[in-house]
Amino acid sequence: MSAAVAPERAAGSGRRARAGTPGISPVLWLVVPGVLFMLLFFVYPLCYGVGLSFQGEGGPFSAYADFFADRFVSDHGSRESILVTLRLALAASLINVGAALPIAYRMRGPIRGKRIITATVLIPMTLGTVFVASAMNNVLGPAGWINKALLAVGLADEPVALTGNFTGVLLSLVISGFPFSFLLMLGYASGVDPSLEQAAAVLGAGPRARFRLIALPLLLPGLTITFCLSFVLAFGVFPSATLVGNDAGPTRVLSKIAYTEYANAQYATASATAVIMAVVQLAVLGLVLALRSRLYRGSTAGGKG
Amino acid sequence: MSPGAAFRELRIRGLGRRFGNGFTALDGLDLDIGGGEFIALLGPSGCGKSTALNLLAGLLAPTRGSIWIDEQRVDTLPPEKRNFGMVFQNYALFPHLTVAENVAFGLRMRKVGKAERAERVRKALELVRLTEQAGKHPGQLSGGQQQRVAIARAIVVRPRLVLMDEPLSNLDAKLRLDMRTEIRLLHQELSLTTVYVTHDQAEALSLADRLVVMRAGVVQQIGRPSEVYERPANAFVAAFVGYRNALPGRLIGADVEIEGLGRIRHGDGDLPAEGEAVAMIRPDDLVIGGPEAGRPISLTVRVCEYQGRSFAVEGRAPDGTVLHAASLEPLAPGDHVSAHIRPERIRVFPRADQPNRADPAPAESMARS
Repeated sequence: MSAAVAPERAAGSGRRARAGTPGISPVLWLVVPGVLFMLLFFVYPLCYGVGLSFQGEGGPFSAYADFFADRFVSDHGSRESILVTLRLALAASLINVGAALPIAYRMRGPIRGKRIITATVLIPMTLGTVFVASAMNNVLGPAGWINKALLAVGLADEPVALTGNFTGVLLSLVISGFPFSFLLMLGYASGVDPSLEQAAAVLGAGPRARFRLIALPLLLPGLTITFCLSFVLAFGVFPSATLVGNDAGPTRVLSKIAYTEYANAQYATASATAVIMAVVQLAVLGLVLALRSRLYRGSTAGGKG
Repeated sequence: MSPGAAFRELRIRGLGRRFGNGFTALDGLDLDIGGGEFIALLGPSGCGKSTALNLLAGLLAPTRGSIWIDEQRVDTLPPEKRNFGMVFQNYALFPHLTVAENVAFGLRMRKVGKAERAERVRKALELVRLTEQAGKHPGQLSGGQQQRVAIARAIVVRPRLVLMDEPLSNLDAKLRLDMRTEIRLLHQELSLTTVYVTHDQAEALSLADRLVVMRAGVVQQIGRPSEVYERPANAFVAAFVGYRNALPGRLIGADVEIEGLGRIRHGDGDLPAEGEAVAMIRPDDLVIGGPEAGRPISLTVRVCEYQGRSFAVEGRAPDGTVLHAASLEPLAPGDHVSAHIRPERIRVFPRADQPNRADPAPAESMARS
């Protein structure tokens, strides 16, 4: 049998031989521009930055040593800023995901006014961080409407500190980050076959059981991805930390440290800070994704369509 | 009431559903279902059969009418309180649960103890011959196996009523026949009252104790399979159960005068009033090359399809009327043959009833708002 086939294959053009080889086709050339772009604008700067971080004044690891010993230019606790940033980013992404899940779940089917609700939710995304921050200062600041109202009604004796601290930055991160989480979760929630919950209902599951036993397990993989993206988005932001926070203390985020070092021409320590940021983020993402790998991740449809 | 049934009678009274856009999917369904009965809702897509099923399941709220099981009003209950079982067209198996967990789901919701649960799941899987697959996920099963899991999941809770929404439409032809027999067997063994929705007349005729033929949200006929098959209530039902030839004509006494074919004495007992009529004939009752009984009609063959034991022939009568007939011999296009009508098999209906092929068939909405 194989002997009969062999001469034909040898005689045929290379086309037939190529057809049997996976992965090699002229279409592959389409990825070349993308790969070049990645090499030039991503891989090279990354390697350059990592390399730079090992060129501190006192030896290869001195930039990292300085970071953890709080020996930076405007020394106000670089080591502690890891925790500050983690706290902010984790809190913001937990709130974002936690709020997006029930709303997206509620809106998974065809409901009245879906477009208007979606548009309203998305508006904050179109506003810049600076715009949101100045709006927040006007509304939530010590002389903002809310505090004026609280004082007038007598619910507070002195202005409640809603900006210039952790709360302010957290609020800003939620306002600008929630639409992303919501959009992602809406996509995941709409992807769950509605007949699954109908089947569960007919089998005797009330609304709570349907959510807990059917919708939630099927949404969890999407939820973890949403959490990861939301976390990465929140982790690197620093305009809000400066504008509605207090970047000299409680909201001194890692990116602010890196920026300060950079602005003072301390390139090694700036790069070291960036690398530490990356490591911390990767650690969190790795942990979340490791947990995710233990979940069911298959189809969210109930059978043949 | 058969021994396995959970109630004496299920009564559907004036059940209707109108959608927000003014489309009436179901317009006043009245139906009494006896305990243990197998009912098929039959009709083309858009006839309201799936709407009726979803109203029964509680997945859709009726805009009028009521459903009663003996003395209990059911249509006001949410689906989880009805104690029904449902088999969905796409099976709707929970993809993140194993086969056994899928089947156990309804028992879990009913707080059945662990030991009893395991025992009933085992028995149900045995019944549908899936014991080996208990630990697999639905995605690892074939279409037929998934379908059997869906059936096991629906019946393991001993529901008062089993609802099936075109359960066989996603299976290939051979599997469909096997599953059809299996569903019939299960019904004979368990006597679970069943409402089965399908657009396939063969499925409905072979499975059901009684058929409900529907069109555009309105019931056309309710009857035993043989009644519907042999004595369709109107031209629409006739066309749906295989009377492919619809010939316009006039009723004159006991004869029907068919345009181009002349006068034929027909065998229809329930004569409509004299006047414009349509005569409906099955291809099987218009036989080429059979015993020369009845009235001959000459035909010019256009198409001859092999169908195993016989041939399906499409031909033209001398006046150009297209007729569907059956032949025992292979024929070639262009052959001139004569077909014999069996007059007693002709069904005659008033002309107004003539099936209108341009009937709008709006998509059935399964959406739950």
